[in-house]
Amino acid sequence: MNEDQKKEYNEYVKQVTPTHSLPVNMIKAFVTGGIICTIGQAIMNFCMSNQLDEKTAGSWTTLILILLSVVLTGLNIFPKIAKFGGAGALVPITGFANSVASPAIEFKKEGQVFGIGCKIFTIAGPVILYGISTTALIGLIYYIIKVLGLI
Amino acid sequence: MSGILGKQSIQFENPPYILATANIVGKKEGEGPLGALFDVVGDDDLFGEETWEEAESAMQKNAATWAINNAKLTKEQIRYIFAGDLLGQNIATSFGLLDLDIPLFGLFGACSTAGESLSLAAMAVSAGYADYALAVTSSHFASAEKQFRYPLEYGNQRPLSASWTVTGSAAFVVSNQKSQFRITGITTGKIVDFGVKDSMNMGAAMAPAACDTIYQNFMDFNLQPTDYDKIVTGDLGYVGSDILIDLLKKKGFDITNQHMDCGKVIFDQNTQDTHAGGSGCGCSATTLSAYLLKEMEKGNIKKMLFVPTGALLSTVSFNEGQSVPGIAHAVVIESCDK
Repeated sequence: MNEDQKKEYNEYVKQVTPTHSLPVNMIKAFVTGGIICTIGQAIMNFCMSNQLDEKTAGSWTTLILILLSVVLTGLNIFPKIAKFGGAGALVPITGFANSVASPAIEFKKEGQVFGIGCKIFTIAGPVILYGISTTALIGLIYYIIKVLGLI
Repeated sequence: MSGILGKQSIQFENPPYILATANIVGKKEGEGPLGALFDVVGDDDLFGEETWEEAESAMQKNAATWAINNAKLTKEQIRYIFAGDLLGQNIATSFGLLDLDIPLFGLFGACSTAGESLSLAAMAVSAGYADYALAVTSSHFASAEKQFRYPLEYGNQRPLSASWTVTGSAAFVVSNQKSQFRITGITTGKIVDFGVKDSMNMGAAMAPAACDTIYQNFMDFNLQPTDYDKIVTGDLGYVGSDILIDLLKKKGFDITNQHMDCGKVIFDQNTQDTHAGGSGCGCSATTLSAYLLKEMEKGNIKKMLFVPTGALLSTVSFNEGQSVPGIAHAVVIESCDK
């Protein structure tokens, strides 16, 4: 089988394979993400109404959302929310918390070190690595621009 | 004595029999359309064990032991076991069948292992190298997800072309001793690669292999689709089944009326959220054990071509950009008077 035939077959497969409807997924993601952010805002408002400054209130909001996501992951409810809401559930901090909690639960049986220790960041690892690298790079660029007196 | 036929087939001069079978499945399979037909349905998918891998081993052990009991044999009478699963280094098989203390050939044919193990057991028995041989396979949704995809609690959206690994194991005792089911021939599949790179569309990756093996079976045995009551593929699912029918039409054979796919019948697509259908070694094995052989017993099927299909990939090959080749092994099973 040559490359052209393979390409032709893959084109054909693409035609016959059903896919999720993008507009429907986008609406679901918008609603789910919106609800999560509204909950976040409610926590934030509550904290601020209790005399916390904005920064501290923001930290509490993040922490509480992470806690909620981890608890819902443990109860196997979060996957159902993510299945419905897609990126709406995964892009906020809730998705990140789920991506750390779920391997921890799954690989617990393989031990504290080789199980949880080695596998806990299998999904979140790339986000952490490239997230931190990117911020470092942007920080460097910012520094150079500053030294050059452009800003 | 020669049963060599055509390019890739054997027509047994002494066709062996499937003397007995047993199966066990998980909760979701038990809630599916075939639920009432399975021998045992687990309450949860751990089967009394601590880990998913141990649970899969427990299923194998149970299926094997019950099949031997159903054949009214003792384990000492089994000459060989041909068995395999989906886990790395076949650990479900190794730990599941350890205590049986029977000589073992460990197999890997991905989800085609049910066909591979039955083929080899039939060859060993027909050639006179074994009185009784046992073919065993298993798969487990959770252990397969853990190995090939994501942790169970990880939130993600499965594509519609993705299949759902069946939690189940089935065992078959193959023997010269007469029964109602006779393995009259086999067609062994080649590795077929059409360059599909999407591991979430395994039906499309395996359909060309199924097409190749079924076509070769028609050629080697000089048969037409109508010579079979059923042509049963393992786990092509909804996407792969349509592709298989298209591909075979292009080769001049229309199997629309004979074709059935185990992945399509084991779950209810509308209520069980299984997308493209069931998959895994356990899918075709348990469907054969619990449903197809019973249909044969009732006389609804006289002759069938059982073609489990496998996708030959690992997470390493996938990450390194390799395609997903397929393989399919065909077993001709005919009913006969006891």
